[in-house]
Amino acid sequence: MKLRFACLIVATLFAALPLAYAQDGRMTLPKIVEAGNAFSIQSTGSGKGVLYIAGPGQVLKRDVQLGQPAYFETGSLYNAGRYLVVLVSGSSTDSGWFSVAPGSKPANLSFLARPSRLSIGLHNGISGTLYIFDVFHNLITKPTPVSFKLSIPSGAVQQRTVTAHLGEATTEMDSGTKEGFAQFEAQVDGISSTRVVEQVPGSPCGLKMSAQPAGNQIHLQTDPVRDCSGNAVPDGTIVTFTENYNGTRSTADVPLKHGIAQVELPAHPGATITVASGVVLGNEIRWQK
Amino acid sequence: MKTGRVIAASITAATAIFIAIGTIYPSKTALEFSGGKNLLRTSSTPQAAVENLGDEIRLRAWKPAYSSLANKAEFTQSDFVHDLTGYYLSLRTYATLETFQVRPLHASGDQAEVRFRMHWSSVVGPFTTTRDLHVVRNGSRWNVEWPLVKKTVVPPQVIPENYLRWDVIYRGAGDDWGVQDVEAPHVRIVDMHPVQRAEGVVVLGELLNEDVVPAYVSVRATLLSKSGSTISAEGSFDKISHILLPKQVTPFFINFPDATLSDVGSIRMEPLSSLVSASAGPVIAIENERLNPAPGATVTGQLVNQGGQVVNIAHILETLYDKSGQVVWVADQYTNHALLPQTPIPFTIHIPEDLARKISSERTITETYSVRSLD
Repeated sequence: MKLRFACLIVATLFAALPLAYAQDGRMTLPKIVEAGNAFSIQSTGSGKGVLYIAGPGQVLKRDVQLGQPAYFETGSLYNAGRYLVVLVSGSSTDSGWFSVAPGSKPANLSFLARPSRLSIGLHNGISGTLYIFDVFHNLITKPTPVSFKLSIPSGAVQQRTVTAHLGEATTEMDSGTKEGFAQFEAQVDGISSTRVVEQVPGSPCGLKMSAQPAGNQIHLQTDPVRDCSGNAVPDGTIVTFTENYNGTRSTADVPLKHGIAQVELPAHPGATITVASGVVLGNEIRWQK
Repeated sequence: MKTGRVIAASITAATAIFIAIGTIYPSKTALEFSGGKNLLRTSSTPQAAVENLGDEIRLRAWKPAYSSLANKAEFTQSDFVHDLTGYYLSLRTYATLETFQVRPLHASGDQAEVRFRMHWSSVVGPFTTTRDLHVVRNGSRWNVEWPLVKKTVVPPQVIPENYLRWDVIYRGAGDDWGVQDVEAPHVRIVDMHPVQRAEGVVVLGELLNEDVVPAYVSVRATLLSKSGSTISAEGSFDKISHILLPKQVTPFFINFPDATLSDVGSIRMEPLSSLVSASAGPVIAIENERLNPAPGATVTGQLVNQGGQVVNIAHILETLYDKSGQVVWVADQYTNHALLPQTPIPFTIHIPEDLARKISSERTITETYSVRSLD
């Protein structure tokens, strides 16, 4: 509703512009004002007038004394953008434009870190994009140095400094070799934002099982399952045991529990037993007992 | 207006005529279902006795069915009913007997052997059970001796279970813009192969969950013509294990009825995955699995529930490979028995005859449903 009203006022004022040049009551505008800062508008002439300021999401109306500066206190205009100023005094009108620039000091950061979970050992696998805003949530468009820091569970830290252009700074980082939660931090001018990136183990590596007799069954059990960097593969990961014997096959998809998978399959002398997880094959056992 | 009245009068008259015909000459099935007089034939022959029993089972008329048995003193009516519908909740519980076949095997003056083949209808498709019945003469009537399969009793024991469970917490609506959400599971198609069949094109393949979290998965395929236009798009429906635990592989089977492979220029595959709460149990072992060659090619084996909880329904998915390890067919079957702990349940999966000679190996996985998880 406010915006519609502002548009109506602006349209009316535009209609009156031709008249403005034919009348007294001129004003001097600042070229640029920083969002939230105090400013003043100087006018000429005498008598009373009304000053209108219309811009993105904001409209101000102020009764002014012509010939004296009109003061606008801190926080009067806080949305960055171009503002139209119209001074109406009696039958004369003057108008002009000035800009409100974003504040120079970063106050709010929006940090997008992707993905939130990834496998270890991926080059440039983690991306971070930072958007820098002032205290009034205006995007700070001037070049600003941004420091990105990824603290991975092994203790190593990757650090990059990137200059934000038009309010955006982007970087990419490598995932480490140790599983766990990495802290991904972006810092600008003493303000920081942190995201957590979970680094998960890769595929099982060197998958190995052993077999023991258990009555008329064979008890099969893997060694603790680890990836190629030595991280324990998470519980719940499926390990497939397959026993081939005389044209028959027995299989079981078993989730890891406490780092190992175990199952009992029928004991057949001469049976060949294999173990696999996903597309990774493990060792093979020939059951002789 | 006049035409409307004529139509209304005609419909009313036709309805009255049909009601009269139905009342005077009722069909046997309609009369039975309406609770009218039982039109079962007299059990004057072994075949008639078994047919009567089949009709009563089809109508779920348990009391007369049980009463007609020659050996009813050996078990209760409840045992008889549970033998047919399952002692535990399973597909049998809500299945209906659609048809049955009776085939005499052997007969003498006082005794006969009859094969009783029952074709059941369930929510996931038909299944068939067969019983060889001993029928005995009792005066002028014949009565069936029902070969009751007694309830499997699992010995008292404690089976420790500590299976894992994953729960998911998504980002909240009020979270700041830029706050991360949980990442969807990473899945990958590890094999894909289109096949031309008489009924259309079938896209077969395998999907791997390469993540460390469980995934709800589905696969969508789009057939594109040589000019790049879309011919048809279909998704995997039930010949896939929709819940994939970490590093688990499922086959998928996507059917394009009436499509022709020679019209297809390329196929666009879209594996879909989302995070889902899941648990890692129970473990179902497939034992003594055997690939039986043509004719009548099948894969047979036994399912063994290695957990302590009753599994009410198990979906068996069979991936069949050629010598080069390429998927050539995917077959499936649902068990109609509940899987009790440590109790083998046999299964038989039929393989298309024309593909049987190409198949050199197979892989079986199961997806299970328990009452607790169905809640």
